[in-house]
Amino acid sequence: MFDVQVVSPESVSYTGEAEMVIARTVDGGDIAFQTGHVPFIGTLAVWSVDVVKAEGDRDTFAVHRGFVQVSGTSVTILSDVSEVADEIDVARAQAAKERAEAVLSADAEDEGALADLGRAELRLRVAAGEPASH
Amino acid sequence: MPGGKERELKRRISSVQSTKKITRAMELIAATRVVKAMQRADASRPYARQITSVIENLAAGGASVDHPLLREADEVKKVGFIVMAGDRGLAGAYNSNPIRAAERQLMSYQTEGVDYSLFCVGKKPTAYFKFRNYRVDHAYEGFTADPTYEHARRIADDVADAFISGEVDAVELIYTEFVSMGTQRVSVRSFLPLESTAVMAEAGGGSAEVADSFEFEPSPEAVLESLLPRYIEARLFGALLDGAASEHANRQRAMKSATDNAEDLITSLSREMNAARQASITTEIMEIVSGAEALGSGGNKEDIAALISEVVVATSTAVLDPGPFGEGSHAPLPDGSAPAGFTIKGNQDSMLYHRPDSRSYAVTGAEVWFDTPERAEAAGFTLANTHPNADS
Repeated sequence: MFDVQVVSPESVSYTGEAEMVIARTVDGGDIAFQTGHVPFIGTLAVWSVDVVKAEGDRDTFAVHRGFVQVSGTSVTILSDVSEVADEIDVARAQAAKERAEAVLSADAEDEGALADLGRAELRLRVAAGEPASH
Repeated sequence: MPGGKERELKRRISSVQSTKKITRAMELIAATRVVKAMQRADASRPYARQITSVIENLAAGGASVDHPLLREADEVKKVGFIVMAGDRGLAGAYNSNPIRAAERQLMSYQTEGVDYSLFCVGKKPTAYFKFRNYRVDHAYEGFTADPTYEHARRIADDVADAFISGEVDAVELIYTEFVSMGTQRVSVRSFLPLESTAVMAEAGGGSAEVADSFEFEPSPEAVLESLLPRYIEARLFGALLDGAASEHANRQRAMKSATDNAEDLITSLSREMNAARQASITTEIMEIVSGAEALGSGGNKEDIAALISEVVVATSTAVLDPGPFGEGSHAPLPDGSAPAGFTIKGNQDSMLYHRPDSRSYAVTGAEVWFDTPERAEAAGFTLANTHPNADS
Protein backbone atom coordinates (compact mmCIF):
# COMPACT_ATOMS: atom_id res chain seq x y z
CA MET A 1 0.00 0.00 0.00
CA PHE A 2 1.08 3.50 -0.82
CA ASP A 3 0.25 6.79 0.82
CA VAL A 4 -0.65 9.12 -2.01
CA GLN A 5 -0.58 12.88 -1.75
CA VAL A 6 -1.40 15.40 -4.43
CA VAL A 7 0.15 18.66 -3.35
CA SER A 8 -0.63 21.98 -4.97
CA PRO A 9 0.99 25.28 -4.06
CA GLU A 10 -2.15 26.35 -2.22
CA SER A 11 -2.86 23.18 -0.29
CA VAL A 12 -2.65 19.40 -0.09
CA SER A 13 -5.48 18.68 -2.47
CA TYR A 14 -5.70 14.89 -2.11
CA THR A 15 -4.53 12.25 0.30
CA GLY A 16 -5.34 8.59 0.16
CA GLU A 17 -4.05 5.04 0.08
CA ALA A 18 -3.49 3.14 -3.10
CA GLU A 19 -2.34 -0.18 -4.49
CA MET A 20 -0.86 1.38 -7.54
CA VAL A 21 -0.28 4.79 -9.08
CA ILE A 22 -0.06 5.20 -12.83
CA ALA A 23 1.46 8.30 -14.38
CA ARG A 24 3.16 9.39 -17.55
CA THR A 25 6.51 11.09 -17.50
CA VAL A 26 7.98 13.41 -20.08
CA ASP A 27 9.77 11.28 -22.71
CA GLY A 28 9.52 8.24 -20.48
CA GLY A 29 6.07 6.93 -21.26
CA ASP A 30 3.64 5.44 -18.77
CA ILE A 31 4.96 4.22 -15.50
CA ALA A 32 3.16 2.34 -12.75
CA PHE A 33 4.34 2.41 -9.17
CA GLN A 34 3.69 -0.35 -6.72
CA THR A 35 5.04 -0.96 -3.26
CA GLY A 36 8.74 -1.54 -3.33
CA HIS A 37 9.39 0.62 -6.35
CA VAL A 38 12.85 2.14 -6.33
CA PRO A 39 12.99 5.77 -5.21
CA PHE A 40 11.98 7.77 -8.23
CA ILE A 41 11.65 11.39 -9.30
CA GLY A 42 10.11 12.26 -12.64
CA THR A 43 8.73 15.18 -14.56
CA LEU A 44 5.11 14.53 -15.50
CA ALA A 45 3.74 14.92 -18.99
CA VAL A 46 0.43 16.65 -19.67
CA TRP A 47 -1.54 13.55 -18.88
CA SER A 48 -3.67 11.92 -16.22
CA VAL A 49 -2.54 10.35 -12.99
CA ASP A 50 -4.53 7.32 -11.87
CA VAL A 51 -4.64 6.30 -8.25
CA VAL A 52 -5.78 2.68 -8.16
CA LYS A 53 -7.20 1.67 -4.79
CA ALA A 54 -7.37 -1.71 -3.12
CA GLU A 55 -11.03 -2.28 -4.04
CA GLY A 56 -10.20 -1.69 -7.68
CA ASP A 57 -11.78 1.73 -8.07
CA ARG A 58 -9.59 4.59 -9.05
CA ASP A 59 -9.29 8.35 -8.71
CA THR A 60 -8.13 10.12 -11.82
CA PHE A 61 -6.52 13.54 -12.01
CA ALA A 62 -5.71 15.70 -14.97
CA VAL A 63 -2.18 16.92 -14.31
CA HIS A 64 -0.98 19.66 -16.61
CA ARG A 65 2.50 19.82 -15.26
CA GLY A 66 4.30 18.69 -12.21
CA PHE A 67 6.54 16.09 -10.66
CA VAL A 68 6.19 12.74 -9.05
CA GLN A 69 8.38 11.65 -6.18
CA VAL A 70 8.30 8.06 -4.98
CA SER A 71 10.19 7.01 -1.91
CA GLY A 72 9.53 4.13 0.43
CA THR A 73 5.79 3.87 0.86
CA SER A 74 4.75 7.28 -0.33
CA VAL A 75 3.95 8.79 -3.68
CA THR A 76 3.80 12.54 -3.92
CA ILE A 77 2.43 14.34 -6.94
CA LEU A 78 3.56 17.95 -7.00
CA SER A 79 1.54 19.99 -9.39
CA ASP A 80 0.49 23.59 -9.66
CA VAL A 81 -2.24 22.64 -12.12
CA SER A 82 -4.13 19.46 -11.33
CA GLU A 83 -7.83 18.74 -11.42
CA VAL A 84 -10.08 15.88 -10.40
CA ALA A 85 -12.84 14.80 -12.75
CA ASP A 86 -15.70 16.68 -11.09
CA GLU A 87 -13.72 19.94 -10.95
CA ILE A 88 -13.42 20.07 -14.71
CA ASP A 89 -15.61 22.48 -16.65
CA VAL A 90 -16.52 20.29 -19.64
CA ALA A 91 -18.15 23.06 -21.66
CA ARG A 92 -15.08 25.22 -21.29
CA ALA A 93 -12.73 22.40 -22.20
CA GLN A 94 -14.89 21.60 -25.25
CA ALA A 95 -14.77 25.24 -26.35
CA ALA A 96 -11.00 25.37 -25.82
CA LYS A 97 -10.62 22.22 -27.89
CA GLU A 98 -12.63 23.67 -30.80
CA ARG A 99 -10.70 26.92 -30.63
CA ALA A 100 -7.38 25.11 -30.74
CA GLU A 101 -8.54 22.93 -33.64
CA ALA A 102 -9.57 26.02 -35.59
CA VAL A 103 -6.12 27.53 -35.11
CA LEU A 104 -4.45 24.25 -36.07
CA SER A 105 -6.46 23.90 -39.27
CA ALA A 106 -4.85 27.14 -40.40
CA ASP A 107 -1.40 26.41 -39.04
CA ALA A 108 -0.76 22.82 -38.03
CA GLU A 109 2.54 23.77 -36.42
CA ASP A 110 1.23 26.31 -33.89
CA GLU A 111 2.82 25.19 -30.62
CA GLY A 112 0.50 27.14 -28.34
CA ALA A 113 -2.56 25.67 -30.00
CA LEU A 114 -1.08 22.16 -29.88
CA ALA A 115 -0.53 22.53 -26.14
CA ASP A 116 -4.03 23.93 -25.69
CA LEU A 117 -5.48 21.04 -27.63
CA GLY A 118 -3.56 18.53 -25.52
CA ARG A 119 -4.82 20.09 -22.29
CA ALA A 120 -8.42 20.31 -23.51
CA GLU A 121 -8.42 16.69 -24.66
CA LEU A 122 -6.95 15.56 -21.36
CA ARG A 123 -9.65 17.44 -19.44
CA LEU A 124 -12.42 15.95 -21.55
CA ARG A 125 -11.03 12.47 -21.20
CA VAL A 126 -10.64 12.72 -17.42
CA ALA A 127 -14.07 14.32 -17.05
CA ALA A 128 -15.65 11.50 -19.03
CA GLY A 129 -14.09 9.04 -16.59
CA GLU A 130 -12.19 7.12 -19.26
CA PRO A 131 -9.17 5.38 -17.86
CA ALA A 132 -5.89 6.32 -19.41
CA SER A 133 -4.88 4.10 -22.33
CA HIS A 134 -2.21 2.37 -20.36
CA MET B 1 -21.58 83.24 23.04
CA PRO B 2 -22.60 80.97 25.90
CA GLY B 3 -22.65 77.31 25.01
CA GLY B 4 -20.63 77.89 21.87
CA LYS B 5 -17.62 76.07 23.12
CA GLU B 6 -19.79 73.32 24.48
CA ARG B 7 -21.47 72.81 21.12
CA GLU B 8 -18.13 72.76 19.37
CA LEU B 9 -16.82 70.11 21.76
CA LYS B 10 -19.97 68.04 21.36
CA ARG B 11 -19.45 68.11 17.60
CA ARG B 12 -15.85 67.01 17.97
CA ILE B 13 -16.78 64.19 20.33
CA SER B 14 -19.33 62.82 17.93
CA SER B 15 -16.84 63.02 15.07
CA VAL B 16 -14.21 61.14 17.08
CA GLN B 17 -16.87 58.64 18.04
CA SER B 18 -17.70 57.86 14.43
CA THR B 19 -13.99 57.55 13.60
CA LYS B 20 -13.68 55.13 16.48
CA LYS B 21 -16.51 53.02 15.10
CA ILE B 22 -14.71 52.76 11.76
CA THR B 23 -11.31 51.90 13.22
CA ARG B 24 -12.90 49.35 15.52
CA ALA B 25 -14.66 47.69 12.58
CA MET B 26 -11.39 47.65 10.59
CA GLU B 27 -9.61 46.12 13.56
CA LEU B 28 -12.13 43.29 13.77
CA ILE B 29 -12.03 42.66 10.02
CA ALA B 30 -8.22 42.57 10.04
CA ALA B 31 -8.29 40.15 12.97
CA THR B 32 -10.34 37.60 11.02
CA ARG B 33 -8.30 38.14 7.87
CA VAL B 34 -4.98 37.59 9.61
CA VAL B 35 -6.18 34.19 10.83
CA LYS B 36 -7.25 33.25 7.32
CA ALA B 37 -3.96 34.47 5.85
CA MET B 38 -1.99 32.44 8.39
CA GLN B 39 -3.97 29.33 7.48
CA ARG B 40 -3.25 29.88 3.80
CA ALA B 41 0.45 30.33 4.54
CA ASP B 42 0.40 27.06 6.49
CA ALA B 43 -1.47 25.26 3.71
CA SER B 44 1.16 26.35 1.19
CA ARG B 45 4.04 24.86 3.17
CA PRO B 46 3.77 21.19 2.11
CA TYR B 47 4.33 22.16 -1.54
CA ALA B 48 7.38 24.27 -0.75
CA ARG B 49 8.70 21.49 1.48
CA GLN B 50 8.20 18.86 -1.22
CA ILE B 51 9.89 21.01 -3.86
CA THR B 52 12.83 21.42 -1.51
CA SER B 53 12.88 17.70 -0.87
CA VAL B 54 13.06 17.03 -4.61
CA ILE B 55 15.94 19.49 -4.84
CA GLU B 56 17.70 17.71 -1.98
CA ASN B 57 17.41 14.45 -3.83
CA LEU B 58 18.60 16.07 -7.02
CA ALA B 59 21.60 17.47 -5.20
CA ALA B 60 22.36 14.01 -3.82
CA GLY B 61 21.80 12.54 -7.27
CA GLY B 62 24.48 14.85 -8.55
CA ALA B 63 22.45 16.90 -11.00
CA SER B 64 25.05 19.04 -12.65
CA VAL B 65 24.19 22.67 -12.35
CA ASP B 66 24.31 24.79 -15.41
CA HIS B 67 20.87 26.29 -15.54
CA PRO B 68 20.42 29.93 -16.57
CA LEU B 69 18.70 30.64 -13.24
CA LEU B 70 21.79 29.45 -11.38
CA ARG B 71 24.35 31.29 -13.47
CA GLU B 72 26.23 34.05 -11.76
CA ALA B 73 27.08 37.10 -13.84
CA ASP B 74 30.77 38.03 -14.08
CA GLU B 75 29.95 41.62 -13.38
CA VAL B 76 26.75 42.94 -11.84
CA LYS B 77 25.65 46.00 -13.80
CA LYS B 78 21.96 46.03 -13.03
CA VAL B 79 20.04 44.65 -10.07
CA GLY B 80 16.34 43.89 -10.02
CA PHE B 81 14.39 44.62 -6.85
CA ILE B 82 11.13 42.88 -6.05
CA VAL B 83 9.48 45.16 -3.50
CA MET B 84 6.44 43.64 -1.82
CA ALA B 85 4.11 45.84 0.21
CA GLY B 86 0.40 46.56 0.28
CA ASP B 87 -2.28 48.08 -1.91
CA ARG B 88 -3.92 49.96 0.91
CA GLY B 89 -2.74 52.13 3.74
CA LEU B 90 -3.84 52.26 7.38
CA ALA B 91 -1.56 49.35 8.16
CA GLY B 92 1.00 50.97 10.42
CA ALA B 93 4.52 50.71 9.12
CA TYR B 94 3.72 47.71 6.92
CA ASN B 95 4.09 49.68 3.68
CA SER B 96 6.82 52.10 4.59
CA ASN B 97 9.30 49.59 6.08
CA PRO B 98 9.95 47.44 3.01
CA ILE B 99 9.79 50.51 0.75
CA ARG B 100 12.47 52.26 2.78
CA ALA B 101 14.61 49.14 2.98
CA ALA B 102 14.37 48.81 -0.81
CA GLU B 103 15.25 52.43 -1.40
CA ARG B 104 18.29 52.18 0.89
CA GLN B 105 19.44 49.07 -0.93
CA LEU B 106 18.86 50.68 -4.30
CA MET B 107 20.78 53.81 -3.34
CA SER B 108 23.73 51.87 -1.99
CA TYR B 109 23.95 50.01 -5.31
CA GLN B 110 23.69 53.29 -7.18
CA THR B 111 26.70 54.72 -5.35
CA GLU B 112 28.65 51.74 -6.72
CA GLY B 113 27.44 52.59 -10.20
CA VAL B 114 24.98 49.68 -10.41
CA ASP B 115 21.72 50.35 -12.21
CA TYR B 116 18.35 49.18 -10.90
CA SER B 117 15.11 47.71 -12.19
CA LEU B 118 12.03 47.81 -9.98
CA PHE B 119 9.36 45.12 -9.68
CA CYS B 120 6.76 46.72 -7.43
CA VAL B 121 4.14 44.48 -5.84
CA GLY B 122 1.30 46.55 -4.38
CA LYS B 123 -0.01 50.02 -5.10
CA LYS B 124 1.94 51.64 -2.29
CA PRO B 125 5.49 50.87 -3.46
CA THR B 126 4.52 51.69 -7.06
CA ALA B 127 3.13 55.07 -6.01
CA TYR B 128 6.12 55.78 -3.78
CA PHE B 129 8.76 55.09 -6.39
CA LYS B 130 6.88 56.73 -9.24
CA PHE B 131 6.37 59.87 -7.17
CA ARG B 132 10.12 60.06 -6.58
CA ASN B 133 10.85 59.63 -10.28
CA TYR B 134 12.29 56.15 -10.10
CA ARG B 135 11.69 53.92 -13.09
CA VAL B 136 9.14 51.26 -12.21
CA ASP B 137 9.62 48.56 -14.84
CA HIS B 138 6.97 46.18 -13.58
CA ALA B 139 4.02 46.96 -11.32
CA TYR B 140 1.58 44.42 -9.89
CA GLU B 141 -1.49 45.64 -8.08
CA GLY B 142 -4.77 44.63 -6.56
CA PHE B 143 -4.04 41.32 -4.86
CA THR B 144 -1.65 41.88 -1.95
CA ALA B 145 -4.34 41.25 0.67
CA ASP B 146 -5.31 37.93 -0.87
CA PRO B 147 -2.67 36.63 -3.31
CA THR B 148 -3.06 33.45 -5.36
CA TYR B 149 -0.46 31.23 -6.95
CA GLU B 150 -1.35 32.68 -10.33
CA HIS B 151 -0.11 36.10 -9.14
CA ALA B 152 3.15 34.57 -7.96
CA ARG B 153 3.52 32.91 -11.35
CA ARG B 154 3.06 36.19 -13.20
CA ILE B 155 5.74 37.90 -11.16
CA ALA B 156 8.07 34.90 -11.39
CA ASP B 157 7.72 34.80 -15.17
CA ASP B 158 8.70 38.45 -15.54
CA VAL B 159 11.57 38.18 -13.08
CA ALA B 160 12.95 35.00 -14.62
CA ASP B 161 12.67 36.49 -18.12
CA ALA B 162 14.55 39.62 -17.08
CA PHE B 163 17.25 37.52 -15.45
CA ILE B 164 17.65 34.93 -18.17
CA SER B 165 17.69 37.55 -20.94
CA GLY B 166 20.51 39.31 -19.09
CA GLU B 167 18.53 42.49 -18.56
CA VAL B 168 19.32 42.21 -14.87
CA ASP B 169 22.33 40.40 -13.43
CA ALA B 170 20.91 39.74 -9.98
CA VAL B 171 17.56 40.03 -8.24
CA GLU B 172 16.83 40.91 -4.63
CA LEU B 173 13.56 40.26 -2.86
CA ILE B 174 12.30 42.68 -0.21
CA TYR B 175 9.21 41.58 1.69
CA THR B 176 7.81 41.37 5.19
CA GLU B 177 8.36 38.08 6.89
CA PHE B 178 5.56 36.91 9.17
CA VAL B 179 7.28 35.55 12.27
CA SER B 180 4.30 35.58 14.62
CA MET B 181 1.21 37.66 15.35
CA GLY B 182 3.38 40.07 17.31
CA THR B 183 6.48 40.08 15.13
CA GLN B 184 6.88 40.80 11.45
CA ARG B 185 10.19 41.87 10.03
CA VAL B 186 11.41 43.19 6.75
CA SER B 187 13.60 40.73 4.94
CA VAL B 188 16.03 41.65 2.17
CA ARG B 189 17.25 38.57 0.37
CA SER B 190 19.20 37.69 -2.66
CA PHE B 191 16.70 35.96 -4.96
CA LEU B 192 18.52 35.30 -8.23
CA PRO B 193 20.83 33.75 -9.23
CA LEU B 194 19.69 30.79 -7.18
CA GLU B 195 22.17 29.19 -4.88
CA SER B 196 23.50 25.77 -5.79
CA THR B 197 21.11 22.88 -5.22
CA ALA B 198 23.03 21.81 -2.13
CA VAL B 199 22.67 25.28 -0.59
CA MET B 200 18.97 25.40 -1.49
CA ALA B 201 18.44 22.03 0.12
CA GLU B 202 20.16 23.13 3.30
CA ALA B 203 18.33 26.46 3.35
CA GLY B 204 15.11 24.47 3.13
CA GLY B 205 15.98 22.70 6.35
CA GLY B 206 17.16 19.43 4.84
CA SER B 207 20.57 18.04 4.28
CA ALA B 208 22.10 17.40 0.93
CA GLU B 209 22.87 13.83 1.90
CA VAL B 210 19.99 11.48 1.38
CA ALA B 211 20.25 7.77 1.87
CA ASP B 212 18.02 6.73 -1.01
CA SER B 213 19.50 6.85 -4.42
CA PHE B 214 16.84 8.03 -6.77
CA GLU B 215 16.08 7.20 -10.33
CA PHE B 216 15.36 10.27 -12.40
CA GLU B 217 13.24 10.56 -15.45
CA PRO B 218 14.02 11.92 -17.99
CA SER B 219 17.34 12.87 -16.28
CA PRO B 220 18.44 14.78 -13.17
CA GLU B 221 19.24 17.80 -15.34
CA ALA B 222 15.90 17.75 -17.11
CA VAL B 223 13.99 17.44 -13.83
CA LEU B 224 16.00 20.29 -12.35
CA GLU B 225 15.37 22.42 -15.39
CA SER B 226 11.61 22.11 -15.10
CA LEU B 227 11.73 22.29 -11.33
CA LEU B 228 13.64 25.58 -10.91
CA PRO B 229 10.90 27.81 -12.37
CA ARG B 230 8.41 26.11 -10.00
CA TYR B 231 10.83 26.69 -7.16
CA ILE B 232 11.04 30.42 -7.71
CA GLU B 233 7.24 30.60 -8.10
CA ALA B 234 6.82 28.77 -4.82
CA ARG B 235 9.27 31.09 -3.08
CA LEU B 236 7.51 34.17 -4.40
CA PHE B 237 4.14 32.71 -3.44
CA GLY B 238 5.42 32.07 0.07
CA ALA B 239 6.64 35.66 0.29
CA LEU B 240 3.27 36.98 -0.97
CA LEU B 241 1.39 34.95 1.64
CA ASP B 242 3.74 36.06 4.41
CA GLY B 243 3.25 39.62 3.25
CA ALA B 244 -0.54 39.29 3.29
CA ALA B 245 -0.54 37.88 6.83
CA SER B 246 1.84 40.66 7.92
CA GLU B 247 -0.34 43.31 6.30
CA HIS B 248 -3.44 42.16 8.18
CA ALA B 249 -1.55 41.81 11.46
CA ASN B 250 -0.13 45.31 11.09
CA ARG B 251 -3.52 46.74 10.19
CA GLN B 252 -5.09 45.08 13.19
CA ARG B 253 -2.46 46.58 15.50
CA ALA B 254 -2.68 50.02 13.88
CA MET B 255 -6.47 50.05 14.11
CA LYS B 256 -6.42 48.85 17.69
CA SER B 257 -4.19 51.72 18.75
CA ALA B 258 -6.31 54.14 16.70
CA THR B 259 -9.39 52.90 18.56
CA ASP B 260 -7.62 53.26 21.90
CA ASN B 261 -6.51 56.77 21.00
CA ALA B 262 -10.05 57.70 20.00
CA GLU B 263 -11.30 56.47 23.38
CA ASP B 264 -8.71 58.59 25.20
CA LEU B 265 -9.61 61.58 23.10
CA ILE B 266 -13.32 61.13 23.81
CA THR B 267 -12.62 60.97 27.55
CA SER B 268 -10.56 64.14 27.55
CA LEU B 269 -12.99 66.01 25.28
CA SER B 270 -15.92 64.99 27.51
CA ARG B 271 -14.06 66.33 30.53
CA GLU B 272 -13.42 69.57 28.72
CA MET B 273 -17.07 69.78 27.70
CA ASN B 274 -18.29 69.22 31.26
CA ALA B 275 -15.96 71.94 32.49
CA ALA B 276 -17.29 74.29 29.82
CA ARG B 277 -20.87 73.50 30.78
CA GLN B 278 -20.10 74.09 34.45
CA ALA B 279 -18.49 77.41 33.61
CA SER B 280 -21.52 78.58 31.63
CA ILE B 281 -23.88 77.61 34.49
CA THR B 282 -21.76 79.55 36.94
CA THR B 283 -21.87 82.57 34.66
CA GLU B 284 -25.65 82.35 34.40
CA ILE B 285 -26.08 82.18 38.16
CA MET B 286 -23.77 85.14 38.58
CA GLU B 287 -25.91 87.09 36.13
CA ILE B 288 -29.09 86.16 37.99
CA VAL B 289 -27.68 87.14 41.33
CA SER B 290 -26.41 90.46 40.11
CA GLY B 291 -29.75 91.07 38.35
CA ALA B 292 -31.57 90.35 41.60
CA GLU B 293 -29.35 92.70 43.50
CA ALA B 294 -29.95 95.46 40.98
CA LEU B 295 -33.69 95.00 41.40
CA GLY B 296 -33.30 94.79 45.16
CA SER B 297 -32.43 98.49 45.43
CA GLY B 298 -35.69 99.74 43.85
CA GLY B 299 -38.15 96.93 43.07
CA ASN B 300 -40.62 95.37 45.46
CA LYS B 301 -39.99 92.06 47.17
CA GLU B 302 -42.59 90.03 45.26
CA ASP B 303 -40.97 90.94 41.95
CA ILE B 304 -37.64 89.70 43.23
CA ALA B 305 -39.09 86.43 44.53
CA ALA B 306 -40.87 85.79 41.24
CA LEU B 307 -37.74 86.53 39.26
CA ILE B 308 -35.61 84.27 41.36
CA SER B 309 -38.00 81.31 41.16
CA GLU B 310 -38.36 81.78 37.42
CA VAL B 311 -34.64 81.91 37.02
CA VAL B 312 -34.04 78.87 39.19
CA VAL B 313 -36.41 76.83 37.05
CA ALA B 314 -34.71 78.12 33.93
CA THR B 315 -31.24 77.25 35.14
CA SER B 316 -32.21 73.87 36.48
CA THR B 317 -33.69 73.02 33.10
CA ALA B 318 -30.52 74.22 31.47
CA VAL B 319 -28.31 72.33 33.89
CA LEU B 320 -29.99 68.99 33.66
CA ASP B 321 -30.00 66.64 30.79
CA PRO B 322 -33.37 66.18 29.15
CA GLY B 323 -35.61 63.64 30.84
CA PRO B 324 -34.36 60.08 30.64
CA PHE B 325 -37.78 58.87 29.47
CA GLY B 326 -38.45 61.47 26.84
CA GLU B 327 -40.95 64.27 26.80
CA GLY B 328 -42.86 64.71 30.04
CA SER B 329 -40.14 63.10 32.12
CA HIS B 330 -37.48 64.89 34.10
CA ALA B 331 -34.46 63.94 36.12
CA PRO B 332 -34.60 65.09 39.75
CA LEU B 333 -33.08 68.43 40.62
CA PRO B 334 -29.67 68.36 42.26
CA ASP B 335 -31.23 68.51 45.73
CA GLY B 336 -33.60 65.63 44.91
CA SER B 337 -36.71 67.77 44.72
CA ALA B 338 -39.26 67.84 41.96
CA PRO B 339 -38.88 70.12 38.97
CA ALA B 340 -41.75 72.57 38.72
CA GLY B 341 -44.86 70.94 37.28
CA PHE B 342 -43.67 67.36 37.81
CA THR B 343 -45.54 65.48 40.52
CA ILE B 344 -45.31 61.80 39.61
CA LYS B 345 -42.43 59.86 41.12
CA GLY B 346 -40.86 57.03 39.13
CA ASN B 347 -38.81 54.21 40.65
CA GLN B 348 -36.44 52.90 38.01
CA ASP B 349 -35.62 49.66 39.83
CA SER B 350 -39.20 48.50 40.19
CA MET B 351 -40.52 50.42 37.17
CA LEU B 352 -43.44 51.55 39.34
CA TYR B 353 -44.71 55.09 39.51
CA HIS B 354 -46.30 56.81 42.50
CA ARG B 355 -49.04 59.42 42.46
CA PRO B 356 -49.18 61.96 45.27
CA ASP B 357 -52.03 59.89 46.75
CA SER B 358 -50.02 56.66 46.71
CA ARG B 359 -49.38 55.08 50.05
CA SER B 360 -45.61 55.18 49.83
CA TYR B 361 -45.39 58.41 47.85
CA ALA B 362 -43.65 60.24 50.66
CA VAL B 363 -41.01 57.61 51.27
CA THR B 364 -40.27 56.86 47.65
CA GLY B 365 -37.12 58.43 46.26
CA ALA B 366 -37.82 59.58 42.72
CA GLU B 367 -35.24 58.59 40.19
CA VAL B 368 -37.33 60.26 37.55
CA TRP B 369 -40.27 62.66 37.62
CA PHE B 370 -43.25 62.68 35.28
CA ASP B 371 -45.77 65.43 34.74
CA THR B 372 -48.76 63.11 34.34
CA PRO B 373 -49.53 59.41 35.10
CA GLU B 374 -50.17 58.88 31.38
CA ARG B 375 -46.62 59.88 30.57
CA ALA B 376 -45.28 57.50 33.19
CA GLU B 377 -47.31 54.68 31.70
CA ALA B 378 -46.17 55.60 28.22
CA ALA B 379 -42.62 55.25 29.46
CA GLY B 380 -43.39 51.71 30.65
CA PHE B 381 -44.05 52.38 34.33
CA THR B 382 -46.97 50.82 36.22
CA LEU B 383 -48.93 52.38 38.99
CA ALA B 384 -47.83 51.39 42.49
CA ASN B 385 -50.46 50.24 44.99
CA THR B 386 -52.64 53.21 45.96
CA HIS B 387 -54.64 51.66 48.80
CA PRO B 388 -53.26 52.95 52.03
CA ASN B 389 -53.68 49.61 53.85
CA ALA B 390 -53.46 47.11 51.05
CA ASP B 391 -50.30 45.34 52.09
CA SER B 392 -49.33 46.68 55.44
